[in-house]
Amino acid sequence: MSSDTTPVLEVKNLSVALPPGGDRTNAVDKVSFTVKPGEIVCLVGESGSGKSVIAFTIMGLLAKALRPVSGEILLQGENVLAANEERLRELRCTRMSMIFQEPMTALNPVMTCGDQIDEVLSTHTKLDAAQRKAKIIGILTRVKLPEPERIYASFPHQLSGGQRQRIMIAMALVLDPVLLIADEPTTALDVTTQAEILKLIAELQGSQGTGVLFITHDFGVVAEIARRVAVLRWGELVEMGPTEQILSRPQQAYTRMLISSVPSIHPVHRGVRLEKETVLRTEKLGKTYSAKSFFQKARVVKAAVDVDLDIRRGETLGIVGESGSGKSTVARCIARLIDPTEGKVFLGTTEIATISPSRLRPHRRRVQIVFQDPYRSLNPRITVGDSIVEGPMNFGLKRDEALGRARKLMETVQLDPNALDRYPHQFSGGQRQRICIARALAMEPELLIADEAVSALDVSVQKQVLGLLDEIRQRLNLAVLFITHDLRVAAQICDYVAVMSQGRVVEYGAAEQVFSAPKHAYTKSLFAAAPGRNWEFGKFAAA
Amino acid sequence: MIEETVDSAAIASASTKRKSLWLLAIRNPAVIFGGTILLLMVAIAIFAPYLGTIDPTRIDPAMRNKKPGTEITLRLDDGSTVKRTAYMGTDTLGRDVYSRVLYGTRVSLIVGIAVAALSLAFGLIIGMVSGYIRWLDGFVMRIMDGLMAIPGIMLAIALVSIWRSGLITVIFAIVVPEVPRVVRLVRSIVLTVREEPYVEGAISVGTPTWTLMMRHILPNTIAPLIVQGTFTAAAAIITEAILSFLGIGIPPETPSWGNIMSEGRTLFRIFPHNILYPGIFLALAVLAINVMGDGLRDTLDPKMSKKV
Repeated sequence: MSSDTTPVLEVKNLSVALPPGGDRTNAVDKVSFTVKPGEIVCLVGESGSGKSVIAFTIMGLLAKALRPVSGEILLQGENVLAANEERLRELRCTRMSMIFQEPMTALNPVMTCGDQIDEVLSTHTKLDAAQRKAKIIGILTRVKLPEPERIYASFPHQLSGGQRQRIMIAMALVLDPVLLIADEPTTALDVTTQAEILKLIAELQGSQGTGVLFITHDFGVVAEIARRVAVLRWGELVEMGPTEQILSRPQQAYTRMLISSVPSIHPVHRGVRLEKETVLRTEKLGKTYSAKSFFQKARVVKAAVDVDLDIRRGETLGIVGESGSGKSTVARCIARLIDPTEGKVFLGTTEIATISPSRLRPHRRRVQIVFQDPYRSLNPRITVGDSIVEGPMNFGLKRDEALGRARKLMETVQLDPNALDRYPHQFSGGQRQRICIARALAMEPELLIADEAVSALDVSVQKQVLGLLDEIRQRLNLAVLFITHDLRVAAQICDYVAVMSQGRVVEYGAAEQVFSAPKHAYTKSLFAAAPGRNWEFGKFAAA
Repeated sequence: MIEETVDSAAIASASTKRKSLWLLAIRNPAVIFGGTILLLMVAIAIFAPYLGTIDPTRIDPAMRNKKPGTEITLRLDDGSTVKRTAYMGTDTLGRDVYSRVLYGTRVSLIVGIAVAALSLAFGLIIGMVSGYIRWLDGFVMRIMDGLMAIPGIMLAIALVSIWRSGLITVIFAIVVPEVPRVVRLVRSIVLTVREEPYVEGAISVGTPTWTLMMRHILPNTIAPLIVQGTFTAAAAIITEAILSFLGIGIPPETPSWGNIMSEGRTLFRIFPHNILYPGIFLALAVLAINVMGDGLRDTLDPKMSKKV
């Protein structure tokens, strides 16, 4: 199309130095690439690969501790690295714009959305108030926000996450910049909202001829939106090329590894259910939050309603759903971290939903949970060994025996048993998640709950942890309740899937059946929105 | 699949990156400055009898209202006389201000430390209970709101009229309104930490509530409490001086900075030294504690400071 035109962005040999004492000398090391008008270029990489640093360098928003040491960044031929602060301010929004990951914090909560876009216009243009308003309503319409007049007068907290991201896009594009930098713009959004935002970005840049530099860690999103892809690792450009080529015929081993780590959306075939022992059964489980206040009317939120689940020994049941669907509430009710307000939870034959904390204590051992955030799941002040032996010692095991068990478990989760006397900050995210799994297994539980346990991990680490979980399930014949928002992950690990929406289970069945022939409209929309659903990652053509 | 194994060397190097916060704290210039002055004050308080002082309560009508640096003659019990220099002059009763100021350091530091320790101890216990036991929270916090509404000075006046003036009364009067501030701080920390996944993890492995609080929640409150403690101590020293100055604090025969200033007030224009020297000591002590508190906060609680 416009591949022969001059690029809007040319990054030449860019290096950005990390402060001394970092894990490497340069955050970004001799990276070169171009973005042409009307082209979407994806920067892909795992956390710490330097992709956001590149974006911030281009915008001139780099933290003081980091500084570009070599190379140049040409925006329509003008070197922004050489530009002074005033010139950068002029360039931002008019020639280059950026949208961020977190639409919650990127907008000022005390200004209406209209005023925030107006600020951009009054800073950079000489339009009068009426013209500005007309232009803002125009852009709000273009980003497909309903009732632009109402949105104009709304505060950010009155809008949903997707709407807020649309406001950010409107603000970024209101002055028709030639370059749009999108830094993980859909990562914080639900999958259906993500699909809409991706579509919007593609449409807008297509009609305007804007060059887009799109930063993501998600190959599904890459497959959806990118024309060309640049793969980064440790600040270095590993490989760059057209999307189709990178995804199906990657040249570099790292790219191949990364892409083949993306779980397939097609569930693996698993054996049919034998009549196995039921480990967990819930009956009309429900949790209602009511915020009682002395001066206000009670606010009631039904986080979970009539949830019936059934997990057998050696099986994995997945609960999938978007944020706020109640999946974590169900998990926490089952682990009795919160008290359910309705229904029953049977652990084997024991009903645990309503029993008193003192009678519950012996049953605590039987259900263990692994949380999402590996950085907050372990007490930073005690050694990982102490974290692991805490549970068994609570139940009367002697410290020596418990430590012996911990050493074996460290081997089970493929970590060095000698690392038991180290502190959590000395481990990477993936290693910490393994430690959390070891802590859960130390209790010899019957049911392991993984609450988004792999969501915070990079895709290659995610694959390893998923493999580990599945191996442990088979070896110990564990029942696993796997909570996730990621359909690909669910497809790989679950025997059965329950799809939740607004606190209710809308579809429940064998994973293969739910994935191949979803019945409920919501499930269908969820699958339709999964990014890169038509792409089979990791099936490489001959190079 | 790439095997991820623990690289012991990498882990060892990572451990050196995160230095102990306490080590960082004692290298902070503000902490060094404040700590040095404070240590000096403590030394003065402990070694007051050996620093060329005489009995601070000794009245000598012949030597009234001498300016600083005057040579004074002391008549000892056996009838012999000794000449010495009154570095800070004498007051209206002929007592040596230098000795009184040095001995006064004792009262101020005791009040500062006792108030800080007591309000932290009570605040910590009540705050932990209030933050962790949900159904008690509302009740406890309303009582704390009530206590906070009592001005320390008014409470001291009331207590002095019930009991009698003295160190214990003063400390009690300052501790009472100080406790709710600590309670609020501890409670807010407990409320955030109890939602941390590692606390929930500990609950799910059946950790008893007491262990949970001591092991997983309490350590998070230590650093902010120490910072709060320094500010409480500084405020307590000032309040004690105010109370003594108003005549409702430490009994007049006991030397305290507030008492000395109070007694020097009437002749302030002619003999400013009675107020000047205890004033300098008071200002220096409070400044040192506050500077040290700021330094500790900067290192122990980086979120609160600009410097990271």
